[in-house]
Amino acid sequence: MTKTRFSIWRGDSHGGGRQDYETEVTEGMVVLDAVHQIQAESANDLAVRWNCKAGKCGSCSAEINGRSRLMCMTRLSDLPLEQGVTIDPMQTFPVLRDLVTDVKWNYATKQRIQKFTPRTPDAEDGTWRIATVDTERVQEFRKCIECYLCQDVCHVLREHHLHDEFIGPRFMVYAAALEMQPLDTGSRVKALKEDFGIGYCNITKCCTDVCPEGIKITDNAIIPLKERVADEYYDPIKRLWRKLTKT
Amino acid sequence: MSNADTLKRRSFGETARIDAWWLKPGLVFVGLTAFIAYATWAGMQGKHYFYDGGGAHLLSPFYSPLLYGQAHEPRLFAAELPSWWPSFLPFSAAILILAGPAGMRVTCYYYRGAYYKSFWADPVACGVGEPRKSYWGEHRIPLLLHNAHRYFFYVAGVYVFILFYDGLRALVYVNPDGSHSLGIGVGSIVLLLNACFLAGYTFGCHCHRHLLGGHLRIFAKAPVQHACYQCISMLNRRHMYWAWVSLVWVGFSDLYVRMCAMGVWTDWRIF
Repeated sequence: MTKTRFSIWRGDSHGGGRQDYETEVTEGMVVLDAVHQIQAESANDLAVRWNCKAGKCGSCSAEINGRSRLMCMTRLSDLPLEQGVTIDPMQTFPVLRDLVTDVKWNYATKQRIQKFTPRTPDAEDGTWRIATVDTERVQEFRKCIECYLCQDVCHVLREHHLHDEFIGPRFMVYAAALEMQPLDTGSRVKALKEDFGIGYCNITKCCTDVCPEGIKITDNAIIPLKERVADEYYDPIKRLWRKLTKT
Repeated sequence: MSNADTLKRRSFGETARIDAWWLKPGLVFVGLTAFIAYATWAGMQGKHYFYDGGGAHLLSPFYSPLLYGQAHEPRLFAAELPSWWPSFLPFSAAILILAGPAGMRVTCYYYRGAYYKSFWADPVACGVGEPRKSYWGEHRIPLLLHNAHRYFFYVAGVYVFILFYDGLRALVYVNPDGSHSLGIGVGSIVLLLNACFLAGYTFGCHCHRHLLGGHLRIFAKAPVQHACYQCISMLNRRHMYWAWVSLVWVGFSDLYVRMCAMGVWTDWRIF
């Protein structure tokens, strides 16, 4: 067992700063365990959001040594403990208290995206038929646990605070899942260009790097959406073809 | 977001990260700068791009297809330079063709992400403060023009076939009596590998994946396009590696031909 220093951000929407705590680290602990231990030993009023402790609920998102990660999935044995560990709340969303941020902007943003619009049912009993091959591509997107780490690390939101103009990688994944859904008949391409700010993404792949589910956000969601926007608005040959064939 | 103004703005380089976040963008900066410097220098030389010693036929990929050149070189037009070329400007055959592949790389999704970080610090690394407060991204001109990537892809795709031709042509040696025979030399392997790496990079690009199948919602009705999509996706998963390997190798291919043409290296014929 070794004593390790944890610098945890304490404060609220009016301000705050890091406070140091020391606690014993034992084999197999994750950062969330250490936070709970500190909460029990020396900071009973420390606010932290958590739920499943298994990397599936997406509640315990934070910045550990400056990197956006789930606290429950970050092993202390993977961190250089001799330098201490810093734990900050997500920087892209306003702080409510300590490590808890207000992520309601994400819920409102999701509401803006056109919902699943299925075609007429294939059978009289109101069901559809889908080939297995058509379900494979969107399975990846359905792994999203909405931890918002991708939103946190996206520099368009994090550094430039363009929340009103850009929906962020999480909702690009959501839109891609709908655009590639074999039953869906809606099109979100115009909204992606004009309302959701897909042009703001400059493909630096920070979102992909932090995704705890390993979703290739940039390659498999954002870039295919950018290509759909290019099809519709920036490809004169395709536009001409559409005019000629009236498709 | 109503309370976005309560969020903190970080200064350039400000971060809580303790890892070597500067290393990767630094390496990309050095790598791309070195290549751009070498390619510009080599492209402006206008000589030592073709080697025919010992019956070999090695043409530098920077100069292929060779539109204008010396009489003994595999030029397409029977002239050393175009008639319309201003006499006061130095001429190099590479000037006329390098824009195609360069445009492909400049607008490539991988390279865009890489040079936005390394050259423009936008962001310099994930979770690190940026130097500028304003940000347009690819939302407006000039970076909006990156949407022309697919057109550069079409051009670059043609170049790949030309480079395959060069690689295969390098397998044909001219004998002293003027007849031709098949052979393999180090130079022909270098040029064939160059075409293979460039094909892996070019045909594994995101827009190719989209154009051949990715744009479809329903694959079941288009099995051929689905098969293409699957194949391109396999290449695309390693797009960054293809990008770097092909970049380094195309530079080395030019260097190899140049060294042989200058008499510094000898092109070893294996059989």
